[in-house]
Amino acid sequence: MLAFIVSRLLQSLAVMLAVAFLCFVLFNFVGDPVNNMVGQEASPAERAEMRRELGLEDSVAVQFARFLGNALSGNFGKSYRLARPVSDLIVERMPATLELVAVAALLALSMGIPLGVLTALRRHTVDSAALMTFSLAGVAMPTFVIGILLIYVFSVECKGWAPALGLPADWCFPSFGRGETVKLGWWNSGLVTAAGLKAIVLPAFTLSLFQMTLVLRLVRSQMLEVLRTDYIKFARARGLTNRAVHFRHALKNTLLPVITVIGLQVGGLIAFSIITETVFQWPGMGQLFIQSVQFADIPVMAAYLVMVSLIFVTINFFVDLLYAAIDPRLRLDRARLGTAGG
Amino acid sequence: MLIARLFVAAAVTLGSVSLADAKTLRWASQGDALTLDPHSQNEGPTSAMNAHVYEPLISRDPSLAKVPALAVSWKPIEPDTWEFKLRPGVRFSDGTPFSAADVVFSYNRALAPSSDFRAYISSIKEVKAVDGLTVHIVTDGPNPILPDYTTSILIMSKVWSEKHNVTKPQSFKDKEETFAVRNAMGTGPYVVKQRDPDVKTVMEKNPTYWGAANFPGYPDELVYTPIKEPATRVAALISGQVDFVLDAPLQDIARIKQTPGLKTEETAQVRTIFLGLDMGSAELKYSDVKGKNPFADPRVRQAMYQAIDINAIKAKVMRNFAAPAGLVTAPGVHGYTKELDQRLKYDVAAARKLMADAGYPTGFAVTLDCPNDRYNNDEQICQAVTGMLAQIGIKVDLQARSKTLHFPKLQKKDSSFYLLGWGVPTLDSHYVFTFLYQTNDAAKKVGGWNYTGYSNPRMDALTDSILKEIDPVKRDQMIAEAWALAVADMPYLPLHHQLIVWSMSDKVTIPIFANDSPNFKYATIK
Repeated sequence: MLAFIVSRLLQSLAVMLAVAFLCFVLFNFVGDPVNNMVGQEASPAERAEMRRELGLEDSVAVQFARFLGNALSGNFGKSYRLARPVSDLIVERMPATLELVAVAALLALSMGIPLGVLTALRRHTVDSAALMTFSLAGVAMPTFVIGILLIYVFSVECKGWAPALGLPADWCFPSFGRGETVKLGWWNSGLVTAAGLKAIVLPAFTLSLFQMTLVLRLVRSQMLEVLRTDYIKFARARGLTNRAVHFRHALKNTLLPVITVIGLQVGGLIAFSIITETVFQWPGMGQLFIQSVQFADIPVMAAYLVMVSLIFVTINFFVDLLYAAIDPRLRLDRARLGTAGG
Repeated sequence: MLIARLFVAAAVTLGSVSLADAKTLRWASQGDALTLDPHSQNEGPTSAMNAHVYEPLISRDPSLAKVPALAVSWKPIEPDTWEFKLRPGVRFSDGTPFSAADVVFSYNRALAPSSDFRAYISSIKEVKAVDGLTVHIVTDGPNPILPDYTTSILIMSKVWSEKHNVTKPQSFKDKEETFAVRNAMGTGPYVVKQRDPDVKTVMEKNPTYWGAANFPGYPDELVYTPIKEPATRVAALISGQVDFVLDAPLQDIARIKQTPGLKTEETAQVRTIFLGLDMGSAELKYSDVKGKNPFADPRVRQAMYQAIDINAIKAKVMRNFAAPAGLVTAPGVHGYTKELDQRLKYDVAAARKLMADAGYPTGFAVTLDCPNDRYNNDEQICQAVTGMLAQIGIKVDLQARSKTLHFPKLQKKDSSFYLLGWGVPTLDSHYVFTFLYQTNDAAKKVGGWNYTGYSNPRMDALTDSILKEIDPVKRDQMIAEAWALAVADMPYLPLHHQLIVWSMSDKVTIPIFANDSPNFKYATIK
């Protein structure tokens, strides 16, 4: 097992290095940050001096080596745009993204699973058909369209229809931002104020819609399969109630693949929150990244991409370990390969 | 359905955001100030934000006229020396009195190598405190427009800066963030209450502001949120979550105007959009014409000029938020006149004839470099120009790029044909001549944005004289001559002056500034 872990760790490290290097090669194409850093009056000599000062004149290999050296000592440099240490910026923005992702994942599970069960059990009803159509839209519609649509309905047009439905005039949702946030230590939380909770509804729903429909469809198909199996028939033959058959026996057996998928999707949620964050002006890491791209703020881009790949690599690492723990054949094969290779 | 009902119920119980105070102005724009350090970034939004906390010696009112701020009067006392009398009784918001020592300190800070305003005031040799309320600024020769340059230099407290170890602007050599990046303390109408870069900035009225009596009714509190996504910004305004949006996209202005409770203000911005032609090279780098340079022929430049249907661009691309230009400078700049700002007639037949006369009856191919995220609808303007030039046989290969790639390409002089916009912060024609028309000369530090290879000794001489001439009548004559020369030599094809539109709730009154920098001490809230 140890050999297996070591080999996986080495592979993860290689992936990280490759990602970091690819980022650096790509940075050659995002342009020159210096133009954004000095006023239009700056002379060519001043620009050249600044470029030299930032080390942009060095070759990609030298820049990459310097970045690696600094990153290993935990120093990601200073943002060209905001003149602040990158690690501070990321730590400041992380709570916003993680809260958004957590709420979105929660929404995806808490709505996707019951709806999946519902559509599986009531296969030929109108609400199931409607839900399945809706889920198709959720899978197919791009995130920014969903976000803008929700803003249009629930914060712009809402001013008209909410009072008509007898809802209070201030019922409508904010179209941007995190509402009120409270500092809990270094963690800036929006989940403990009413305004903050209200502000997270639309972005979290937008972000979760894809995963929600994914879970819905997954649960539904698993459920349909399980309901056809012999042990469900036997359970029914034993005279168990529908409730016990469906939830105690059938649902439990459908959840394993769902949880695996969601685990893998959390990394995706973090990475894909970029679009949701941009649409809702959600001050998270994704937005920080987008702004950095437009400014050619290389230190922030590098740190962000390395961090996201770290999250992916870590999740995959643990999933691999889990699979290995479950399936001994895999473990043995990989271990042999690992020792042979090392 | 039960689920839908549950969802609504949950949403209702989430409660409501408390409505903001009546005297709070909530506003949004695309990008936040980069830093609160007033000398570290010479960038529009940064300076606009900082000017609410820090003040210059002379500021500008909504008509962009110079008005006394920390200086009450100024006059030249020698050809190379300006005297500024400072406002008595002014205190910084921390209570310390303001004096000439703060001015000397701030100018020296703005002249430091890490300052981004160094180029602005590079003619300053020395700043002297004569007494507590008199400052002399000595320049390296006469400088008639020094007062215009002082409007960009914000004054900090010497004591505060020394206490917080920020006597130099933030530099990239500094390992850590300096105190002044997120903290500010000046004499201005507001103090910073909360600063989360890119998220939220809250400013409160400065209780010790000297000018409080002069500006009755300005907002008690400013809440600024950058909202990057244009659609979200407009949604925030329409849904009443912000009172003022600086930069609504042009295609949404009609919608905003139709919305009850909202209004817009518009004015010509001091920024002109134009095309630059490499007329100086022996051979164009990006063209199929070899051995000679078609742009060197004035007939070709004029043909291209006359082939551009600027009214079509104005109506279709700019949705009428542009004023066709014949001059590469906008109204409001000293030296601009309506007479000079006339375009050559749009005339494709004449243009075709000019092309034939110049020896290019079937045209040629050339690459047009264009930014796609810098000016209003910049890429669409280039697309329109591409189609129009095809009428006279010029096959344009359009290359639209982000500004982070476009400007460095120009600076490497790696373009044959490009789109550029030019604003004039000093509001004086000299700024245009010295950057765009003077011969590009790195040693002399002139012509820094002249990538056309245009070089006319008369223009160079005029520009140098305009800088030093004290006599206003003679100076204006020289400016007029230089503009006539610029129009005749035609290294640039002017397109239009941008219009800016500010969108706001009808509960607020915010006078529009042609430099696109709001100053909320002039604002009032109902």
